[in-house]
Amino acid sequence: MTGRGQGSIQRVGQVIALVGVAALLGLLIWRVAFKDNSGAADELAQGKLVEAPAFTLDRLDRDGGLALADLRGKAVVVNFWASWCIPCRDEAPVLQKTYERYRDQGLVVLGVDVNDFRADARRFMRRYGLTYPVVYDGKGSTVGKWGVRGFPETFFVDRSGTLVGERIEGAVDIERNRETFERGVALALGDAP
Amino acid sequence: MRVRFLVALVVAVFAATASAVAAPSPSDLEAELVCPTCKTTLDQSDAPIARRMKQIIRTRLSDGATEKQIKAELVAQFGPGVIAEPPKSGFDLLAWLVPLGILAGGALGVGAIAWGWSRRRRDEAPVEPLDPALERRVDAELDRYET
Repeated sequence: MTGRGQGSIQRVGQVIALVGVAALLGLLIWRVAFKDNSGAADELAQGKLVEAPAFTLDRLDRDGGLALADLRGKAVVVNFWASWCIPCRDEAPVLQKTYERYRDQGLVVLGVDVNDFRADARRFMRRYGLTYPVVYDGKGSTVGKWGVRGFPETFFVDRSGTLVGERIEGAVDIERNRETFERGVALALGDAP
Repeated sequence: MRVRFLVALVVAVFAATASAVAAPSPSDLEAELVCPTCKTTLDQSDAPIARRMKQIIRTRLSDGATEKQIKAELVAQFGPGVIAEPPKSGFDLLAWLVPLGILAGGALGVGAIAWGWSRRRRDEAPVEPLDPALERRVDAELDRYET
């Protein structure tokens, strides 16, 4: 091969390397600047009207599945939890009491057990006497869409399937969020002004 | 006698190796499985679910479960993302093929450059012999320089 041939191979190599680097850089910029991965929680925090992200998952409290859409017409308190999460133990009795208190008014507490062993979750439910529906999301498929950042987290969905109130991060009904929780329940039920 | 001893030794070594393959250690599995909350391998995670998974792995191994069974059970709970290495099928196959392709492309590139260099040397014009008068003059200069 002549010197000119050698030079052209080097130039082609340089062009390929430059194109590769530019493509990776472009991908990085696009991912950082434009990809919206914040989920429904952030849109809710920005004051947007957000439809609760749909899901259909297997139930832990009985056989079969449950879709969030099946609960349209009811007020829903969606609680993301796991048996290994310590604050989840503190809030479980509060959620159960809320369910018992407002069930006749059309409120459902819906537990979404995330990144957990089914057997551990069922043991937890028996231990805390949970009678509200609980679905199983071992893969964590709901986490990104809802914008869940940790466990537990609680959202309020009104009868039309829209997110209302504020998302609660951490256990519900402790001093710092009692009002937020009660207001979320009232908004979901349609009782709040 | 010595031959029998050697044969027994070889058989023992093979048996030990085979049993080691059949029963992986917990740490082997922990390096191949991912914590579903923090997305690092279990051996690098101290998240509550990772600790629970390690506990389950140890229990299942002591029950006599194989690596394949344990992985299948964890996939049934947490999905295929719990396995650290990507599956060798479908879209995920790209994760295996792309690095191999880059490696092969790199090897081809290096080969082409090396071939180009070797051709260039062969094609280079032979060095012409030095003019005898000039050579004598250079030698004389060098001698004078060295003395």
